[in-house]
Amino acid sequence: MLGDGSLERFRREGRIVVVGASLAGLRAAETLRDQGFAGSLTMIGAEPHEPYDRPPLSKQVLLGRASADRTALPRRRSVDANWRLGVPATGLDMAAKRVRLADGDEVPYDRLLISTGVRSRPWPHEDQAELDGVFVLRTRDDGAALARRLAEGPRRVLVIGAGFTGSEIASACCERGLAVTVAERGASPLVGALGGVVGAVAAELQREHGVDLRCGVMVTALEGDASGRVRAAQLSDGSTVEADVVIVSLGATRNTEWLAGSGLAAGPRGIACDAGCRAFDIRGIVTDDVYAAGDVARCPHPLFGYQFLSLEHWGNAVSQAGIAAHNMLSESTDRLPHMDVPAFWSAQFGVNIKSVGAPSLGTEILVAQGSLKEHRFVGVYGYQGRVIGAVAFDQARWLPFYQELIERTAPFPPPFPTVDRRSDGQRPVDADFPDPSVPTHGPTVTLSGYSPADRRMTFTPAH
Amino acid sequence: MTQSPLHRILDFANRADPYPVYEELRKTPVYHEDDGPYVISTYYEIRSLLHDPRISSDARNLSSATRDPLAGPDQEDMALPPSFLRLDPPEHDRLRRMTNRHFGPPHSPHRVDGMRAELHGIVSGLVDGIGDPGRIDLVEQFSYPFPVTVICRLLGVPREDEARFHTWADTIAASLDPDPDADPAERGRGAHDARTQLGMYLAGLIEERRRNPGDDMLSELATAKGPDGTMSTMELLSTAALLLIAGHETTVNLVTNGMLTLLRHPEVLQRLRADPRLAVPVVEELLRFEPPVQLLPQRTTLADVEVHGVNIPKGASLWLVLASGNRDPRRFGDPDRFDPDREDIQHLGFGSGIHSCFGAPLARLEAQLALSELARRLENPRLLEDPPPYRRNAVLRGPRHLHIACDGIRA
Amino acid sequence: MLRIAVDLNRCQGYAQCAFLAPEVFAMHGEESLLYSPEADEEQREKVMQAAAACPVQAILVDTVDAPAEAVSGAR
Repeated sequence: MLGDGSLERFRREGRIVVVGASLAGLRAAETLRDQGFAGSLTMIGAEPHEPYDRPPLSKQVLLGRASADRTALPRRRSVDANWRLGVPATGLDMAAKRVRLADGDEVPYDRLLISTGVRSRPWPHEDQAELDGVFVLRTRDDGAALARRLAEGPRRVLVIGAGFTGSEIASACCERGLAVTVAERGASPLVGALGGVVGAVAAELQREHGVDLRCGVMVTALEGDASGRVRAAQLSDGSTVEADVVIVSLGATRNTEWLAGSGLAAGPRGIACDAGCRAFDIRGIVTDDVYAAGDVARCPHPLFGYQFLSLEHWGNAVSQAGIAAHNMLSESTDRLPHMDVPAFWSAQFGVNIKSVGAPSLGTEILVAQGSLKEHRFVGVYGYQGRVIGAVAFDQARWLPFYQELIERTAPFPPPFPTVDRRSDGQRPVDADFPDPSVPTHGPTVTLSGYSPADRRMTFTPAH
Repeated sequence: MTQSPLHRILDFANRADPYPVYEELRKTPVYHEDDGPYVISTYYEIRSLLHDPRISSDARNLSSATRDPLAGPDQEDMALPPSFLRLDPPEHDRLRRMTNRHFGPPHSPHRVDGMRAELHGIVSGLVDGIGDPGRIDLVEQFSYPFPVTVICRLLGVPREDEARFHTWADTIAASLDPDPDADPAERGRGAHDARTQLGMYLAGLIEERRRNPGDDMLSELATAKGPDGTMSTMELLSTAALLLIAGHETTVNLVTNGMLTLLRHPEVLQRLRADPRLAVPVVEELLRFEPPVQLLPQRTTLADVEVHGVNIPKGASLWLVLASGNRDPRRFGDPDRFDPDREDIQHLGFGSGIHSCFGAPLARLEAQLALSELARRLENPRLLEDPPPYRRNAVLRGPRHLHIACDGIRA
Repeated sequence: MLRIAVDLNRCQGYAQCAFLAPEVFAMHGEESLLYSPEADEEQREKVMQAAAACPVQAILVDTVDAPAEAVSGAR
């Protein structure tokens, strides 16, 4: 679209299709209308629900403080769209510029935004996964079903996997007074995302709240009773855990299968995009009419050597949606890059965990403020002599400072004193991340190689 | 004669309108002369320093070489240990947490919300008692007594003692605002006496509450056994004094500055009269436009810190001029316009970071209720003098009197 | 009905919302916020008060009558 008026015409009467009607899709649609897009807008969503917010599902909803079907996202403005909800997209024809839907319909577009997100990685043994009482938690329906079961007061809940979601689920169960066992193959909870030093604090939190936490073990099998209800789990250390609710929390899989064969650079690691959220095709050539945003996208990040980052973060979905929408409507010189520093939060066992940057890329950690023992601290992560990430346990107000250090690629360890520096913060220590060649479900920031068309990496669940 | 910006901030002649001084100051975002403090006047630099762990609030970290005209023993009685306002973590966090346990969420989520009806009652009573509508001193008759009464109710000071409490609070407040014509020795003595008497009174009340606790904040603070332990009597006195002094003067100024600003913007006053819900954005915009705390002195650097290209050495004294940051055109469009319809209003009126105003939610409610009630009940209110006479204090800035008249008081 | 979402990346736990509208916003521990994603219309005034008081402006409350527009299925 050069300066021949075609962009103006597109903004006036073009067709934009958004596949994936969740947070990123909705925010992109709002931005498109905010920025004056007057053409037709179609929102395609696999789930039958209008866009809803997921973070409450593992917190308020499991605690019984909110109902899963009342989590619809507030609207910033009206988007005047055609909504095709409950109909998954099944294929993309890039040459004909059409999206195929599960009901056989085809929707033509001038520009396409893909924000299909991720889904829970299921329990790998299908017959066991189908036992009554085995859950995953990703969608509103998952949340509603699990909350209902927890309200019935199960005798013991088993959570498989102590990443953020698994830990939040365990926390909610504890708070409801339920007996909980957590099985984690790593050395501690959150180890993939935050390393072993902070993971040890997370483990302490779990145990102090009465969680039966078992690390370094895998669940090898789930057993059902005669009526098809889950009854127990076998662990790799030979032990058995009797549980009537099992929640499989082994991370997520990107929803890209529907793009197989389309020619788009989409694979298990997501859809490769440039810094402006334009998708690459499998030849490594950037498209100009297909964009991606949110959990399904992976973008090169200037702060991390332009390596492609996949981020399953709420804030990343919002900011990429804004960038993608803006760029869809802009001349090439007016386009904006996505440069936000990654950030996420988790609430578990009464503690607010927040992080900025990419802790999982760090090799060392310095407890710059507070104390691990008190579960109130700021940890700063270093990589090759620079600050690359930070995490705070109940110390959120300091994080903007550390974010600035990350943005400025400040030296690590930080050469200055701070308030509340304790004896365990005098020198950096090994951040103790697991061997990156061992697949884990934990990291919230994943490096997935330099090549935009890299589809070699595959994930094989260890369970 | 050209004065240095530092002197112009302190110069009483600029009290009624300090904003041109700040505008000049912002041309040098980090201003410093001789051995004086480093004065930070731009929004982003201030906000960044408020979240910077290299900045201490503990005066013991100040280098003795610094000469700061706002430093030294003033606001708080030196006989008491420093309150959390002047401490760094972990002590700050511990004391603030222990105090908050009985003031706000998560442990006391309904304390402030539950005071709405009582606040409304106090406000109505004060307006009812205004008397001659032809000449009202809003400060004496309304803004001043309101927050003292609120703090008495919050702490659980018995009604029959409120009058004594008011007298001490007045004397202490006056000592924060030295009248240059008064004899300093006498004023100092008066304030010292008032502090001693207030301290003894509070100590007695604490003892009484330990024996017969009620559901007020002082009883809870005195008897609590939380995860952080129990406050010592000295810590408790220090905290109560902080709540009283920090919560009093600032609220007086917020309400008085608010009414002054509304009377200068009659169209907004008119809208507020028609719709009391407008009080919410009006108060937020007031906190930006006329913040009760103009600047935060008494912060110091624990290391050399570079701000806007200027190296501030370790141990230096900082002034963070919140009121100037709030008028920074790099942050707010048309910053000198009072505009309650502003959508982007992340002001610095309550500070930011770990020391952000402890009483902010209560101050918000007090100001919202006071201004909407005044707008509703005063018929055709007008200023009798503009600008009004100001207090001398450059930090806690506000009118000493606000003389207004109206045609009558509505029921 | 009011729909509410809080950008918890922005949230720094100042708790102004939990002071002013405790029926809808609650602190969970010292710093974590738990809120009702949907609140009754009668809470509107307090929720708006809470949103306005947020020092980091992290609270988003519905501004349009969305359910009328978002219909499921084909059109």
